[in-house]
Amino acid sequence: MSSAGLSLRRIYAMILRHLYLFKKSWVRVVEMAYWPTMQMVLWAFIAKYLATNSSVIAQVPGVLVSALLLWEVLFRGQLGVALSFFEELYSRNLGHLFVSPLRPMELVAAMIGVSLIRTVIGVGTAIALAIVLYQTSIFDLGVPLVAFFANLLVTAWSVGLMVSALVMRYGLAAENFAWGAIFVAAPLSGIYYPIDVLPPWLQAVAWCLPTSHVFEGMRAVLLEGEFRWDPFWSAVALNAVYLAAGIGVFLASFRGARKRGMLLQIGE
Amino acid sequence: MNAVEAAGLTKRFGAVAAVSEISFSVGRGSTTALLGGNGAGKTTTISMLLGVLLPTAGRITVLGEDMARHRYRVLPRMNFTSPYVDLPRKLTVEENLTVFARLYGVARPRRRIAELVAALDLGEFVQRAYGTLSAGQRTRVSIAKALLNEPDLLLLDEPTASLDPDIADRVRRQLMEYQRGAGATLLLASHNMVEVERMCDAVLMMRAGRIVDSGAPGELVARYGRRNMEEVFLDVARAEAAA
Repeated sequence: MSSAGLSLRRIYAMILRHLYLFKKSWVRVVEMAYWPTMQMVLWAFIAKYLATNSSVIAQVPGVLVSALLLWEVLFRGQLGVALSFFEELYSRNLGHLFVSPLRPMELVAAMIGVSLIRTVIGVGTAIALAIVLYQTSIFDLGVPLVAFFANLLVTAWSVGLMVSALVMRYGLAAENFAWGAIFVAAPLSGIYYPIDVLPPWLQAVAWCLPTSHVFEGMRAVLLEGEFRWDPFWSAVALNAVYLAAGIGVFLASFRGARKRGMLLQIGE
Repeated sequence: MNAVEAAGLTKRFGAVAAVSEISFSVGRGSTTALLGGNGAGKTTTISMLLGVLLPTAGRITVLGEDMARHRYRVLPRMNFTSPYVDLPRKLTVEENLTVFARLYGVARPRRRIAELVAALDLGEFVQRAYGTLSAGQRTRVSIAKALLNEPDLLLLDEPTASLDPDIADRVRRQLMEYQRGAGATLLLASHNMVEVERMCDAVLMMRAGRIVDSGAPGELVARYGRRNMEEVFLDVARAEAAA
């Protein structure tokens, strides 16, 4: 048990509960890799076409595929958190969990752990295929890849926790947010284009997202061959705020559910 | 010392008072029934004792700990079962029990699970997915989950609801055996008066969110001038209707 009173044994128990699911359902595992792979294949063809028509893209044919794969890290990471929470709702298991010694923060840690596993399985497959099929390796980004990957995962967890909090508050009627919430950030994150393409007022909004700084940093590495620390630290600082907000909203929602008596009922 | 002490316990949902200023205690090593018609406040009371529902007012002490401040000290010593809460359906019985054994910090999970599989006769379906089991089998698994950590306090919400008389009888025997063997305290909400007479030392009668009477089943039967708890229950329920 750690000094914060959190138990690694209980966190592992909750991760184990999901590993049991993955082990017995190959469909579930294939589904994790399916969409990232499909997206990667589609964008790899687009990139190939553009490479023959645009001098900028021609410099780095893998820029779109890299952007796409990083976007998938964000999307799958967020989905991984939300879906592991939904599993408990679908099975009407929250009541059993919260009369056990499991603390809400331990559940959060387990959801994050499951998200990491799901993202590695899903995006890892697409990354491997990109190397084999298109000789485009996201690992060409080198060490900065770790920085981008970590930052996007933290953003993903923050959004996943907020979506889970919404579902705890409003029930499974709010489930669709899990699939759509992250796409609100997509046009503003500059995944496939620089932020200065956006109108000035929208740029101000975009810079409030950690993802915008990550994708700017990615472009700097791919197009200029330079790792820029300023967008990296901006993303880290914003992520600290986002993660604190995500955890705070989840815990507040948990407390609200205890007040309203939802923990034994939610899941219908 | 009592296993449970509740003082001035109240739960309001907006203008509706589900439980109104109830105070009671449950003696250690006893089996106590919480009785009342639908909507009397039994499940709300149990939820507050478990800490999954925050009271609007009042204080709860469980096994000597204040539930508002030290809930996580006492949760490893409690457990709970209810037909209204489920376990993950895709996981096998054994997997479900393994996850909960770890959550409760059971020292030798495999050994404890094997003991419960034998005691509750789960061997036939221990490797089957929980979702494929019958209602009776699920109830037995849920009781196995509730006994995993050998709780000092076991809260049971309608433990034999949806069971046929044969399985219900076996479940009652197992619970009584456990209670006697471990010296545990059982608090159960039930509509089954035969079960209450057979298992319980004490009864708390609830109506419209209040405790309207309490005592040993025999005392209550004598006080109401009735032949059994079924008739006492009807008297309380009809008083509710008249009120």
